Amino acid sequence: MEENVTKDSAEKKDIFESIWKFLASIKLAIFTLMALALLSIVGTIVEQGAEPAQNIALLGKLFGEASAPTIYNIFANLGFMDMYGSWWYVGLLVLFSINLIVCSIDRFPKTWKVMNRPLRPLAEKAIKSLPIRKELTFKAKGNVARDEFYNALKSMRYKVLEANDEGSVQLYTQKGTYARLAVYVVHLSIILIFLGAIIGVRFGFKGYLNLIEGQASNVAYKSPTEKIPLDFTIKCNWYETAYYEGGDTPKEFSSELVILENGKEVVKKIIEVNDPLVYKGITFYQSNYGMLKEAQGYFVLTVIPSVGQEKTLWLKAGDTFEVPGTATKGTVIDFSPALTRDQNTGELTSYSENMVNPAVAIEFEESGKEPYKGWILKRYPETGILPGGNVIRFDDYWGVEYTGLQVAKDPGVWLIYLASIIMTLGLYICFFISHRKIWVQIRDEKKSVTVSVGASVNRNKIAFEREIEKLILHASESIEGRSKK
Amino acid sequence: MSGGIFFDIAAGAYIAAMITYIIYLVVRNKTVGLVASTITIAGFAFQSTALIIRWVNSYYFWMGSHPSSGLVEGLLRAAPLRNLYESLIFFVWSLILAHILVEFKYKIRSLGAFVTPLAASALLFIDISGTSKAIQPLIPALQSNWLLFHVLLSFLGYAAFGISFGAGAAYLITVTESRKEIPYIVGSVIVGIFMVVLIAMGIDFLSLSSADRAQMIQNHFLKTTLKSSSGGVAAASWVISIAFICAVWYFGLGLKKVLKSLSLTPAMLDDIAYKSIAVGFPLFTIGGLIMGAIWANSAWGKYWTWDPKETWSLITWFVYALYLHARFVGGWRGKRVAILAIIGFVAVVFTYLGVNLVLSGLHAYGSG
Ligand code: HEM
Repeated sequence: MEENVTKDSAEKKDIFESIWKFLASIKLAIFTLMALALLSIVGTIVEQGAEPAQNIALLGKLFGEASAPTIYNIFANLGFMDMYGSWWYVGLLVLFSINLIVCSIDRFPKTWKVMNRPLRPLAEKAIKSLPIRKELTFKAKGNVARDEFYNALKSMRYKVLEANDEGSVQLYTQKGTYARLAVYVVHLSIILIFLGAIIGVRFGFKGYLNLIEGQASNVAYKSPTEKIPLDFTIKCNWYETAYYEGGDTPKEFSSELVILENGKEVVKKIIEVNDPLVYKGITFYQSNYGMLKEAQGYFVLTVIPSVGQEKTLWLKAGDTFEVPGTATKGTVIDFSPALTRDQNTGELTSYSENMVNPAVAIEFEESGKEPYKGWILKRYPETGILPGGNVIRFDDYWGVEYTGLQVAKDPGVWLIYLASIIMTLGLYICFFISHRKIWVQIRDEKKSVTVSVGASVNRNKIAFEREIEKLILHASESIEGRSKK
Repeated sequence: MSGGIFFDIAAGAYIAAMITYIIYLVVRNKTVGLVASTITIAGFAFQSTALIIRWVNSYYFWMGSHPSSGLVEGLLRAAPLRNLYESLIFFVWSLILAHILVEFKYKIRSLGAFVTPLAASALLFIDISGTSKAIQPLIPALQSNWLLFHVLLSFLGYAAFGISFGAGAAYLITVTESRKEIPYIVGSVIVGIFMVVLIAMGIDFLSLSSADRAQMIQNHFLKTTLKSSSGGVAAASWVISIAFICAVWYFGLGLKKVLKSLSLTPAMLDDIAYKSIAVGFPLFTIGGLIMGAIWANSAWGKYWTWDPKETWSLITWFVYALYLHARFVGGWRGKRVAILAIIGFVAVVFTYLGVNLVLSGLHAYGSG
């Protein structure tokens, strides 16, 4: 391949051509790959987009406190603190893409020609100098050998061509020609991934939205000051963290979201991590959660009497309710997001500001009796069983938690997925399917027949050698079997 | 039933196999080789049993907390690839599997002496890193099929890269004439550093109380030796480590005679290194990069965020792409490509462990 290029360029070597050659060269590819790898290492050490103090502390650890601020300034001015968006990193990616495109355009016509060149019979000498070759003699007729090699090739799913010469027959065939295209497919898929990423950045957005239970919004946020209008309203009905039994390992984070168009509910879905809501090309992901300390919410209690209908109550702090079938009144007097008993003092406290183990304190009062206070824990329903057989279930402290949604629109992501599929196919074909060519020359001698098998392959030579051995074995057995009869 | 005992037997078998393979390298007795292979295969059978038992146990564990899951979902969520411990175990399993395949295909045993130490180091690492071996509940972000396939394929890819590392190192030794050749220096120093870090972690482990061991990686990494708060200990550790690396460099070439007298030709080793990269590269591209990106996108709406782990996967990918292009079209041959195979695996190890060990130590937020 290389020789033709040098001959051509000797004839006319203008600037355009040398630029083209440079951009098509594999040396440039090796350089850009190395540069990208090395620079990316720096990008993983220096924290990207962090507060200056953080990186100054980091540089202090590496180079000493004294020189850290100076080094920081140099690095910051070069763009290392937000490296992947810097002109030189993006420039390198552009160079890499141009290199890939030019190189592929440069080589493609030749590959195409090689692929489409019809396979020709070879002179016997040429067959004997192929990378894989074998000489055989059989005590049999030429046409028997021809038939059996033909059948053996057929059974290995080769489409066999045939050329006749005086006293000899040649069978020749090839398979996997298209595998030569796989490299281009892989390269193309890389370009498509870049395109998909560009489309995503240009026409999409990444934002967030925190919604308190019950709250609705028709905007999302890129930053606290930068709004992204949505042309519909999204509302959070509730947010909930579920925990594994007997510990504080979260089992699922979920929110019930509702999409409203002109005040009408059009979609309702409970989202979880790994299961977002998609509406009009905008995706809402469960990303985090939190609690507003100062917010006043509703205590959702379900009273389950020993006989009769259960009833759900929505109470504010201080509200009073009746325990059915008794003269007892309950009042909501306290709340803890994470109730626990202090190991040392034995007192009840909260061990977290998040709702890890929410508990509500209720004061029960019956006329003439001493009031008493009881804690009911959401995660431990047995704490709600009252002496009289009634049960109070603490369902939720609603309206104080917010769900943190990641809001994203990425019209390029389908292209990324498509490119991924293409790349998968391309890589598979490229590494596991090879372009195989076989020639079998069969020459009748006086009492025997000589067979020269020659073959070549563009990769995986050892595996192909085995295939040829199998072919020969298969054919020889049949030939010998037939000539014995 | 707990699979622990089967796993311990397997670990013992791999270490025995490593010793036998090394003896085989020295005495070159066919029976010894056969014993080494047998021990490896037996170990593999035990480990496979242990994996299945763990999978079944995790399945019941999952169904206990998610009774409404179907059989398939339960099995997928329970697949033993859910944390550092399980993924390392799976790495060892795939490495041994790849080794057995290579041994049968190429009919060579001696490569075992290079691959089994890698498996033994991983096992040692598991024990000394204090990673939890208990079956743990799966946090929400990890409840994803994409994540499962991502880990599965990545680790199969890593195992293939591990084989290419072994073959690359063996290649480098067989073709080196003098210790002063730069590729040999680079290769032996890299292997030396691997060994030093592992030994230093072993010392960390031995010096810690069992309660501290669980936090070893986060809080005590190399603090007993190289990063000791006592200047004297730290200085001595550095001197000893450097001496050790020099010793690896000096004595490493001694293996050349051994390798030469075996049926290992440089061409064969080069071919094994390439073949395993040809298997590893697609696996890693699809599993490591593509499925990782799909998982991130389905969980967070961002398929790529340039976080250190992602970036290091990309660096690894660049290094192996470099290998393929330098070798096939760039005309690089021999030692230079062997070095690339070695560097590629360094990038693999760094992607999987170094990002957590070294970078999170540097970055204040990650040390918690
Ligand atoms: C990281 C990005 C890249 C990937 C994943 C990639 C992938 C591949 C693969 C898998 C092969 C086949 C290798 C083999 O036969 O073993 C290949 C071949 C090749 N690549 Fe790339 N490539 C990349 C970047 C580039 C760049 C930037 C160039 C620009 C010069 C380039 C030029 C070539 C050439 C010339 C071949 C050989 C084609 C042939 O066999 O005719 N590649 N590439």
